[in-house]
Amino acid sequence: MTAAEPKRTLIVQGVGVSPGIAIGTAHLVRPVDAPISRYQLEDRRLVAEEIRRFRKALKDSENELLEIKRKFKDQEGLETLYILDVHIMILRDKMLIRQTTQNIEEKGINAEWALRMTLDKYRDVFSKVDDEYLRERVSDVEYAGQRILRNLAGVHHETISGIGDHAIVIARDLSPADTMQMKVEKIQGFATDMGGKTSHTAIVARAYEIPAVVGLEKITTEARTGDLVIIDGTAGAVIVNPDPEIIRRYEEKKRHYETVEDSLLKNARRPAVTLDRHRLQIGANIEFTEEVASAVHHGADGIGLYRTEFIYINRDRLPTEEEHFCAYRKVVESRGIRWATIRTFDLGGDKFISDPRLAAEMNPVMGLRAIRFCLREVDLFKVQLRAILRASAYGRTKVLFPMISGMEELLETKRIFNEVKKDLKRDGIPYGKDVKIGIMMEVPSAALIAEDLAREVDFFSIGTNDLIQYTLAIDRVNERVSYLYEPLHPAVLKLIRHMVEAGRKAGIEVAMCGEMAGEPVYTMVLLGLGLDELSMNALVIPRVKKIVRSVTLKECKKLVDRIMSFNTASEIEFFVRDHMRRKFKEDFEIAD
Amino acid sequence: MIVRKTLTIKNELGLHARSAAMIVRAVEGSRSEVFLERDGVRVDARSLLDILTLACPKDSRIVVRADGEDAREVVESIERLVESGFGEAA
Repeated sequence: MTAAEPKRTLIVQGVGVSPGIAIGTAHLVRPVDAPISRYQLEDRRLVAEEIRRFRKALKDSENELLEIKRKFKDQEGLETLYILDVHIMILRDKMLIRQTTQNIEEKGINAEWALRMTLDKYRDVFSKVDDEYLRERVSDVEYAGQRILRNLAGVHHETISGIGDHAIVIARDLSPADTMQMKVEKIQGFATDMGGKTSHTAIVARAYEIPAVVGLEKITTEARTGDLVIIDGTAGAVIVNPDPEIIRRYEEKKRHYETVEDSLLKNARRPAVTLDRHRLQIGANIEFTEEVASAVHHGADGIGLYRTEFIYINRDRLPTEEEHFCAYRKVVESRGIRWATIRTFDLGGDKFISDPRLAAEMNPVMGLRAIRFCLREVDLFKVQLRAILRASAYGRTKVLFPMISGMEELLETKRIFNEVKKDLKRDGIPYGKDVKIGIMMEVPSAALIAEDLAREVDFFSIGTNDLIQYTLAIDRVNERVSYLYEPLHPAVLKLIRHMVEAGRKAGIEVAMCGEMAGEPVYTMVLLGLGLDELSMNALVIPRVKKIVRSVTLKECKKLVDRIMSFNTASEIEFFVRDHMRRKFKEDFEIAD
Repeated sequence: MIVRKTLTIKNELGLHARSAAMIVRAVEGSRSEVFLERDGVRVDARSLLDILTLACPKDSRIVVRADGEDAREVVESIERLVESGFGEAA
């Protein structure tokens, strides 16, 4: 085989987690599970030298981690540093060291092999443990182990921090310690074997607006450092060694994408006002404090939905009030946003407590979760409410309670909320004077008694994802029925209209924060239904705003009147799509 | 001197990385041999990895056993950690 031989083009499909197109040179970071060298030591006298080599690699690895810790002491959240501490402790672990040196001594094998045997042993033990949290510690042992292996191979962390400009980082998975060492802003794209929408790589990529595709399974064996690689973060595809024709096509696609983005972004900060002067509030949905900057950049008026679940999950212990508070305060006091709606815990208790009483439920979506869980674990709930209220002293804050299904739940929730307020007052701890409270409207029973609920709250926020699932009795994750997931089903539209009218009568605002709110093709329908605020993924805000600014409220209402006369979801969907395609030719052709 | 004490894990999350790390730190400076036992499995309390392999959830019972001149102090310091739920938020 010669170097001149053309390389084979390979297209791999994964999960696109950060949109955009990147074309660059692959840089493989830490090829985990790459075949490590295995050999018997020729001479017993080499044993001491091999052990010395292992100890040096441990020391080097520890120094690297200490260095990262020093650098990021003031900048990063407590959680990341805590993971580094665990990794350092693993590097110092007596048993890890003893077993590896024993392997070297007794079996007369090289340090890499000896360490791999120790790591495999722990992997075996942990994988048999009947506890999800503990099982996940395998990844910490692996991260620490890989660092030692890298140092044994004489590869130092410069390989990461020294990644050249325009590089596309390819890795099995990236840990916070890895990304902390990179000059992330210089990286063109990410492609990883593992991960999903909420993995660390995805979060970092979105925060920095770098195209990324994860869950590619074998990309670390399919691409090599130096290969030309295209990342299509929008379509979730990675192309290794593209031929000139593909490169040309993607360069064009990239240019097109960037021009469209630029022109949309240029107008993103302008308010969402229709041609007949109707103002719509635009919020951004976020999960991490780091996302606020991108929300502002893309033109959000406020944070319409701050999901707080990530403060609880992927960690080993419950967050303290202080940790909650730090995150909420950071969001609330951010410049450029006019308000922040913080939604309280919206998962099942099993997500963060390994408590056998909260064992897996048959149907978790309808089980003990969200407000139901919080009303049962009042002490946990109060920790979060205290932190939200304390943060409200630093900026305009709204509190949003998820999954309310009836009046009793709402009154009980309000009672607890007021109790926490009273406690703060008694202790002389400041909180915002005008904290609005609202409820997620996502359970059909709540939608039907919207008039009564509206009298008890300051705002509604319609969560369409669950509302559609519950109303149409379909499990979106079940592929056999997911075709029935129809946002424009007449029943769904009627419920939305009913809630908006109930809100109007009571004089409260009605927002929408489900995925439907971020679908530009539905923007006119939602305007016509009379929503006051739409909250969505920040990246789509410019598109939605553009539509709002080029229509009149009057024509949107007419469109809604028209579709309300149809009686099937497919007729409505077809009519709306066709209408939007005709009216915004350019925008919807690109999306297809 | 040998000191033995049976303790019940109180914190919600059990002996996970952070709580186990706190035990390792408490034992590090001691001059005694310190072991943790659960269901007949005994591990060295100086090894984070080995403590994790015990997989102790909330309400599990562990035996702390220390042998050495400061055995009493080190067992007491572990007891304090366990009793306080490792400072986990309520």
